[in-house]
Amino acid sequence: MIESILLLAALTSVAITVGIAGMLVYESLPFFRYVSLVEFLTDSQWTPLFSEAHYGILPLVSGTLVTTGVALLVALPIGTITAIYLSECASLVVRETVKPLLELLTAVPTVVYGYFALLFVTPLLQRIWIDLPGFNMLSAGLVIGVMIVPYVSSLSEDAMTAVPMEMREASYAMGATRMQTALRVVVPSALSGIAAAYAPGMSRAIGETMVVAIAAGMQPTLTWNPLEPAETITAYIVQVSLGDLPHGSVGYQSIFAAGLVLLLMTLVFNLAGHLLRKGYWRTY
Amino acid sequence: MRVASTIARNRFLDSLFTVASLLAMLVGFVTLLALFLGLAVDGWPRLTWRFFTSYPSRFPEEAGILSAWVGTTVVMLVTALTAVPVGVAAAVYLEEYAPRNRLTDLIEINIANLAGVPSIVYGLLALGLLVYQLGLGQSILTAGLTLALLILPIVVTSAREAVRSVPNSIREAAYALGATKWQTVKDHVLPSATGGILTGLIIALSRAIGESAPLITIGALSFIAFLPHPPWQPELPYLSFQWLMDPFTVMPIQMFNWVSRPQEEFHANAAAAGLVLMGMTLAMNGLAIAIRARFRKRIKW
Amino acid sequence: MLSATPPAVKAHVKHLEFYYDTAHVLKNISLAIPEKQVTAVIGPSGCGKTTYLRCFNRMHDLYPGNRYEGEIILHPDNVNIISPTVDPIEVRMRISMVFQKPNPFPQTIFENVAYGLRIRGWTGRPALDEKVEQALRRAALWDEVKDRLHHPGLTLSGGQQQRLCIARALATEPEILLFDEPTSALDPSATSRIEELMLDLKNQVTIIVVTHNMQQAARVSDFTAFLYLGELVEFNKTDKMFTAPSNRLTEDYITGRFG
Repeated sequence: MIESILLLAALTSVAITVGIAGMLVYESLPFFRYVSLVEFLTDSQWTPLFSEAHYGILPLVSGTLVTTGVALLVALPIGTITAIYLSECASLVVRETVKPLLELLTAVPTVVYGYFALLFVTPLLQRIWIDLPGFNMLSAGLVIGVMIVPYVSSLSEDAMTAVPMEMREASYAMGATRMQTALRVVVPSALSGIAAAYAPGMSRAIGETMVVAIAAGMQPTLTWNPLEPAETITAYIVQVSLGDLPHGSVGYQSIFAAGLVLLLMTLVFNLAGHLLRKGYWRTY
Repeated sequence: MRVASTIARNRFLDSLFTVASLLAMLVGFVTLLALFLGLAVDGWPRLTWRFFTSYPSRFPEEAGILSAWVGTTVVMLVTALTAVPVGVAAAVYLEEYAPRNRLTDLIEINIANLAGVPSIVYGLLALGLLVYQLGLGQSILTAGLTLALLILPIVVTSAREAVRSVPNSIREAAYALGATKWQTVKDHVLPSATGGILTGLIIALSRAIGESAPLITIGALSFIAFLPHPPWQPELPYLSFQWLMDPFTVMPIQMFNWVSRPQEEFHANAAAAGLVLMGMTLAMNGLAIAIRARFRKRIKW
Repeated sequence: MLSATPPAVKAHVKHLEFYYDTAHVLKNISLAIPEKQVTAVIGPSGCGKTTYLRCFNRMHDLYPGNRYEGEIILHPDNVNIISPTVDPIEVRMRISMVFQKPNPFPQTIFENVAYGLRIRGWTGRPALDEKVEQALRRAALWDEVKDRLHHPGLTLSGGQQQRLCIARALATEPEILLFDEPTSALDPSATSRIEELMLDLKNQVTIIVVTHNMQQAARVSDFTAFLYLGELVEFNKTDKMFTAPSNRLTEDYITGRFG
């Protein structure tokens, strides 16, 4: 029957999710039998491919968090201000020009951003910080930040446009300027929607691979200083995949363990965004 | 008067905010500009006919993207042929058939969730499942399937929107004539939704073209000095599927490989590859927009 | 207008109730639809006339939460068309509908009319040509479109589109033709053409027309049913209802005391 075939097609989405979770767990299990969870979470070195192997995930996590942090420091303010301006102040002409440009930012392949970070941004930054290493988290973070501005701005803008016109009119009727209305009335009303808009950008930044693989380096170091090179979870997976690793070895399994941590991190952010969004709709 | 000075101060802050916003928007614009210019300045000299028709090489001046762009084209073909049937079928199910129950909710939550999963995780899934468990190896087929999995949520979502935008009056007219649900969908809903579905597909493919992380994970090689087997053969049945199992490389991976080399000359190659890649992406986006406009003109509700 | 014998009954509506979720929208409606006559259904907005009409071709089955009770018995085979054991598609094969807003398919004029035939298995081109022409003639549209059968239906004017929808509905030779406020979206000249059409068609097919325009009901129908808040208030020959209604409520509505 036609309906069953169509249902099967729809169920592939469920199958994919199950597949992802299942595969990551399945391949990580032998890893965690070999490496204790305590060591995994507390060791400050990640050197699975060395003869004297350490399996602490912290360096990779710190690399991921620092680059994401830099990215968010860029994307959240820029994205939010852009969203406020576009939704509250901009004329139609401005909106029709700026929005396609922002969309263009999402169309650029991430390798190209990586190229840009390594060969353009880093030399530029090296003029300010003379001894900035060629691989560093700052360049990567900045570029990722610009890359996710469209995510933040378009979702925040949606949240703000959903605020009813009557609220704005009440404010204008009292003699408030556009900015005052935007910042004092619209933004507070749309706050949980805006916060929910941050979540997809965050998980996008966490999951970014090529920019960090190219520009941040592939040396796992436990550091919170963005001016240093480091390796993220995603870059590590790429590093291992580029080499030759026998199927079933600890090194091979380590990328699944790393991937599992990555997935959990993004799920946490997605969940946060989902909950915020639900709370958002309830106030209306 | 206090009122006048308050108004003046408010207007001043207002313009300050406007300046801040314009600066914010400028960041994106400047980045795009710098990106294009950077690629163009470094890469333009490399864009020769030879570049398009040569294999990668140890010598930067001789290295080209032949295997890469052929690889991209072939892999995209597999991706499209896989993602379209599954994605459109799923969208039709969700919009026309699905009852409002827990199963439907589950499916919808999954689709929303999958869109937020990092692309490299799809690579891991494909590595474990397609490459090893199913034994498909590090092949074009695996690459195409991996990307199809990746873009499936996008295809489903945009196909759903296209189907949803078909006015209900058309459906009712068909049902009132005694058509079954499938006849209504097949004869009226899908033809009307084709424009939107195509547009969504092309945009999804334009994303897939730039994806390198999941393909590196499943083992794309970047020093391929040969092309996959052709899809035809001299004996019956004249069609060959050998190419599906061939090793592969794609444009973004080739660019990644070149940009990771220490020699500066390779960076020029990377820039050129970047220009080609961006050209492909922009062309696809342009195509999608053109299709959308054409279909919108044809069917005026 | 005198008839020697009372008209045969095409459908008996017996204690029809309709629920939308928990809302009791139609209450205990019983009447006999006369064959090959025009029966109008009138009443103020929200009285349930369109809901009542859509029971006849099971359109409510398309949406969740709807429930029928009672019977609509179709003659001559005495089938209860709202019974859950009867396939709605079978019902729709015998009873066609013309909607309030013209809704031709985004296809050629020919294909619009042919669709109903195609899904019933008609394929031969000469046979289709003949049936399409027949339907377009019955809908008084043939002369205007015979030279552009392969042009899109949407290029026609509003009134022509509605006649196209009528042709589409007629092509399958239905036993009952349902009209849901067919002229409310049309201008006066298009409206009068459609009303003329209904008068021509009634000798060939039973017609039920929902209208909020009482004058239209008076012009085209032989029998009229007046619905109010989901209940049948009065059902009578049109001329009698409009000159000497039996029910006070009917009289108030007809004279415009409420509406």
